[in-house]
Amino acid sequence: MHDAAHNPEESKLVDPTEHIVPVSTYVMVFIGLMIGTGLTTWVAYIDLGKWNTVVALIIAVCKMLLVVLFFMHVKYIRSLSRIVIIAAFFWLGIMVALSLSDELTRKWEMNPAGWGPRLGLNSQVVSSKPDTLA
Amino acid sequence: MSTATANLQEIPAESRVNYLNASYGIRSWLLTLDHKRIGLLYLGTITLMFVIGGVAAVLMRLNLMEPQGALMEPETYNKMFSTHGIVMVFFFLVPSIPATLGNFCIPLMIGARDVAFPKLNLMSWYIFVTGCLLMTYALISGGVDTGWTFYPPYSSIYAHTNVVAAALAIFIAGFSSILTGLNFVVTIHKMRAPGMTWFRLPLFIWAMYATSIIFILGTPVIAVTLLLLGLERILHVGIFDPSIGGDPLLFQHLFWFYSHPAVYIMILPGMGVISELIPAFSRKKIFGYSFVAFSSLAIAIISFIVWGHHMFVTGQSIYAGLVFSSLSFLVAIPSAVKVFNWTATLYKGSISYQAPMLYALGFIGLFTMGGLTGLFLASLATDVHLNGTYFIVAHFHYIMVGGAVMAYLGGIHYWWPKMTGRLYPDLWARFAALVIFVGFNLTFFPQFVLGYLGMPRRYAVYPQEFQALNVMSSAGASVLAVGYVIPLVYLIWSLKYGPEAGPNPWKATGLEWKTPSPPPTENFEEVPIVTYDAYEYPTVRAGVARG
Amino acid sequence: MADAAVETHAPNPSGFAHQYETLEQQHDAGRLGMWLFLATEILFFGGMFTSYIIYRELHLPAFETGSRLLEVRFGATNTAVLICSSLTMALSIRSAQVGKSKGTIIFWLILTMILGAAFIGIKLRFEWYHDWLEGIVPGLSWTYSGPYQSGVQMFMCFYFFMTGLHALHMVVGLGILTVLVVMAARGRFTPHYFTPLEISGLYWHFVDIVWIFLFPLLYLIGGRYTLGGH
Repeated sequence: MHDAAHNPEESKLVDPTEHIVPVSTYVMVFIGLMIGTGLTTWVAYIDLGKWNTVVALIIAVCKMLLVVLFFMHVKYIRSLSRIVIIAAFFWLGIMVALSLSDELTRKWEMNPAGWGPRLGLNSQVVSSKPDTLA
Repeated sequence: MSTATANLQEIPAESRVNYLNASYGIRSWLLTLDHKRIGLLYLGTITLMFVIGGVAAVLMRLNLMEPQGALMEPETYNKMFSTHGIVMVFFFLVPSIPATLGNFCIPLMIGARDVAFPKLNLMSWYIFVTGCLLMTYALISGGVDTGWTFYPPYSSIYAHTNVVAAALAIFIAGFSSILTGLNFVVTIHKMRAPGMTWFRLPLFIWAMYATSIIFILGTPVIAVTLLLLGLERILHVGIFDPSIGGDPLLFQHLFWFYSHPAVYIMILPGMGVISELIPAFSRKKIFGYSFVAFSSLAIAIISFIVWGHHMFVTGQSIYAGLVFSSLSFLVAIPSAVKVFNWTATLYKGSISYQAPMLYALGFIGLFTMGGLTGLFLASLATDVHLNGTYFIVAHFHYIMVGGAVMAYLGGIHYWWPKMTGRLYPDLWARFAALVIFVGFNLTFFPQFVLGYLGMPRRYAVYPQEFQALNVMSSAGASVLAVGYVIPLVYLIWSLKYGPEAGPNPWKATGLEWKTPSPPPTENFEEVPIVTYDAYEYPTVRAGVARG
Repeated sequence: MADAAVETHAPNPSGFAHQYETLEQQHDAGRLGMWLFLATEILFFGGMFTSYIIYRELHLPAFETGSRLLEVRFGATNTAVLICSSLTMALSIRSAQVGKSKGTIIFWLILTMILGAAFIGIKLRFEWYHDWLEGIVPGLSWTYSGPYQSGVQMFMCFYFFMTGLHALHMVVGLGILTVLVVMAARGRFTPHYFTPLEISGLYWHFVDIVWIFLFPLLYLIGGRYTLGGH
């Protein structure tokens, strides 16, 4: 059998920039992913308040890193692909952050007290001039 | 430049094998993997789409000759401006320079035999054609009247036009651009000739690289947004539906996250072309190479954080508006850097006024005007007055037509000898460039005034007092239309009757000029080795023959 | 850098395209191309994730209620199934990389396909079909009468759109795997040419990662503790 891992002659024909990951590493990653899945499911049934979300996301990110670094070989390859993936996530972050900056601030107070139009009963505008002017 | 003396030692083009005559027959074109042929396939398709979008524009301007609408009902007018916008943006401007000049020139300029993924390249053309056909079907079977922006809830709930077909057509065309951008990034990273380091690359390549970044990161978002819109329309329920708590502004966020960078997709390649034309026709090295190179990247990156300036008056939070307004001022800086560098290149250059140069000079002036008027729009307070008026229409047409289309025409004229091996009659070309310049300004400058005076955009009718300016604009449009037809005529004429070009009719620098015109299929006889910077023009200027 | 002399003597130059100088350059280009495509996929799914995040912020109780309509056991099982399939995919690529027989490569590929098909089967039969019967499919079968009428409908829209898009990607993945099986059967993969396997593996792992995020975001962040589990 042409098995480069066992035959040194054959290994010359393998792309030397390509790292061969041992099966044991893959199995360890697999076990890690399964543990992560079990963990995140279990924690969902425990009341941690708002930390439930944080924990779930942290576990998800760790699982993602396991897949990306080992199954997808990012741990072993050159930096350009890493830059591509980091850039993509960063851009997604931009989209989320700036969109949230609008959605979450829509109801914020536009005028600090005393600077806006004077409001009467039922929030009707009584005068467009602020209190400081006659 | 119409009398190029053929190099007598060269074999005449007809008997030399080049990419055009290497194989014959429709199959050899429809199944080609040659990036040069694919570029020409795109050229043909895009020209057809330009005609469709142009016809819509002509009909619009005819209608606006009279205050009560001279030609059509408002419902029809809505379909006209939607057609014009959708076709011109998604099916002409976005692919124009990248898919034609980019496909043709990039491998030549970097010294490669082809792009990284030729089959993907051909597939991207077929995908584009599918999108074009679906869009044409959408137009002839009832049209779309939502505007090219497709805002819900009108587009998702109330419109009775072919929204889904049009959205699907754009979705499909989007994949074509993603594949093109992907191809370009890999090609530029992995297939440069030996010695062609990043800082020896022509600036057109830097511009195309920056454009490709936007293709890759931006286009998928419009794809998923239109998908969600289509699903909502079909299922009658969806995530933009206010009755279940949906926010129509979310659509706008997602839409503009792509569509603002998209306008930079439309201008960056044009800037890349200008960065080639100015040195060539000033016979001078570009001023500030690395500034121009990095400004392309800066434009691409900053373009992604300014999209909210399209939403200042649609209900966006004031605080987000503040953020977006400040960032929008930032994006003007790298563009200005480029304009300064081009101008500095011209200074003390040995300038000649062939047609490509006329387009380049026109670009610099008109793009600057368009860009400066953008500042009025980036500023929150003035935008409240100007938003939704003809000021905006004039602003973006100055950049997209006065800028991008002029650059596209300039590039076509510059590389035409390389693509076809023929020269066009330069006198006619210069004449056409001037007609286009005059027609363009006559069309769009009155629109700045109209917008400032308050005439809203996307209206089929207008108050009586605006008629004079509208008639002026429509008159300009007819001049512009004539201007666009003239190159069509002489360029096609030149294919048969134009004199032979020779490998380097402009005596320009760049690897693409070191191979015969038209190039052989594999681009270069042997892989070039690069040992010099770009734009190495001789410093002795006096008496240099322009031949 | 690869030894150029070895490259030109390498057996099986099939798949070596004319525009490249070396097989290594081609391999590099292919890999970069696939990573760029995955970047587009991140933004593609990202549009939906962005929308989900925004609406969750604005309608949290409704989304939690909606999340409790989903059955965790199926979501968790499917997660496990996909993780197994990522392992088998990685092993299939490794088999080619170290020169195992084409039978081995095909074995792992087929196992991956079975697991992928199982994922879709569980989804269709036990989740979506049941949701249809229960009347919680917006637009197609909606008879929900519990609290937060509109918010829950919004949540279920997200559920079906996001898992639907994901399932579509799985189906495409199965198609790609079929092509790989055919290529492997023809002996196309050797230690110096297994690029299609590797880049398809990247795609498959990416689809797995999307699910790794979908599972907690849709099934688990629903305050399940208050109802004692489902």
